[in-house]
Amino acid sequence: MERRSRPGPVSPCNRRAASSEQPLKGRDSAPGVGEMGRRNMLAVADATAFIPYSGAPAESMVASHARTGSRRRMATAEQTADDMRRSALMAAAQAGDKTAYQTLLRDCVPLIGAIARRQGVSADQVDDVVQEVLLTIHRARQTYDPGRSFTAWLRVIAERRAIDLLRQSGRRGARELHAPIAFENYPDETADPAGGLHHADDSGRVSRALASLPPRQRQAVQSLVLNEQSLAEASALTRRSKGSLKVNLHRALKSLRGSMEREG
Amino acid sequence: MSNATPQDAPHDRLIEGLASDLRPVQPLPSPGRRAMIWLGFVILAALVLSLIADLSAFAQRFMASPDMWLAMLGSALTALLAAIAAFRLSLPDSSRAWAWLPLPAVLLWIIASGLGCLRDVVLPGTYVPPLGETMECLAIIVALSVPFSLLMFAMLREAFSLLPGLTATIAGLAVAAASATVLNLFHPFDAAVVDLLVHAFAVALVVVVSRIYGARLWAFPNFSKAA
Repeated sequence: MERRSRPGPVSPCNRRAASSEQPLKGRDSAPGVGEMGRRNMLAVADATAFIPYSGAPAESMVASHARTGSRRRMATAEQTADDMRRSALMAAAQAGDKTAYQTLLRDCVPLIGAIARRQGVSADQVDDVVQEVLLTIHRARQTYDPGRSFTAWLRVIAERRAIDLLRQSGRRGARELHAPIAFENYPDETADPAGGLHHADDSGRVSRALASLPPRQRQAVQSLVLNEQSLAEASALTRRSKGSLKVNLHRALKSLRGSMEREG
Repeated sequence: MSNATPQDAPHDRLIEGLASDLRPVQPLPSPGRRAMIWLGFVILAALVLSLIADLSAFAQRFMASPDMWLAMLGSALTALLAAIAAFRLSLPDSSRAWAWLPLPAVLLWIIASGLGCLRDVVLPGTYVPPLGETMECLAIIVALSVPFSLLMFAMLREAFSLLPGLTATIAGLAVAAASATVLNLFHPFDAAVVDLLVHAFAVALVVVVSRIYGARLWAFPNFSKAA
């Protein structure tokens, strides 16, 4: 049952290129791709006999449903070229090429969006799926075997993340009721008509209390509360663990509460 | 090459953050090879423990009741197949059908162990261990499961499962089966009903604990946590 091929430092693209006697010099490569990414992409160009990049990976996947035989063959060839290019970029990213990695992730965004929509994710939630899939690619990049199809690997991840989101939305939908008119008409018993007058003063107090926080606590409040970042996103951007962010946010809120109470 | 569309814009900040966090990684060895590494550790532990085990009693016991060979073969095969399945499931693109891989071995293990109970019922002279002795089995299985689990989950953590609960459960099964296999070195009696129930309880305990704690290995990224 073991079908996974043995991973090695050389991808099939490179192996095929290595067997080719054509020189690699003089080939055009994509702008903004690092040296390793360029080498892999040149190898792809050799392997695919200069099949031009379509520039629209999501559309090329959709095109696989072309009705005529010739169109289907062309679409398949484009898919193969796209897939091999992505595999080469991912192999370069595994080796640490940041430019190739950015190119790959940007290339994946429309493809993930197309997969999410096909799974039935609503338009306003597609970006959530895209972000989760990008984070998953980052966390799971060492599990990708350069000898296998990157697009197939990505498709399974995107489908699973889309299904996760749909399930979560379904659970939330079962718990919550969408009634905007009732919400607007519900009187807020704690509302204070004079509250607006104190708002400016409160803002100043909060700013002063925030400034007095230690840097890590201030960073947690800035990311999670003020910038409204998700825990995962804040963790990736600040390079702090989710646990550390949670602890610092908890301590920050406690300090802020104390400061506000002391000021009356 | 770069297909920047308006759709990409909201993700630019995240992509730049991820790229700045990029470190070189080695592609993981195949799940089969990782399973063999883990099983190698289990076999090494069994060899070390065999130095303090009564191997002559072990051999006599198995000569007297051949069905115990079957039960031991079933548990050993369960450990092997469940380990392969767990490492396979730890990959984000694996099919959940891999969870069925250890099923034939589990059935062999259960049926062969059941034969031991049957002998206990059919043959009135069979030694039935008291509860105190069978509790030693529980202690041995749980004690062996600790180092086996630590290595198993440390290795699984290198991957990234999108089926964390299932992966941890199958990993727990592999650990419990390996512990039950090594237990045979120190098992001074045939499997009677009480003994078998204690074994089943110990295996279930290891699997449930693995399911609860192991599934947290891959909590990031997760919609429920990230929201």
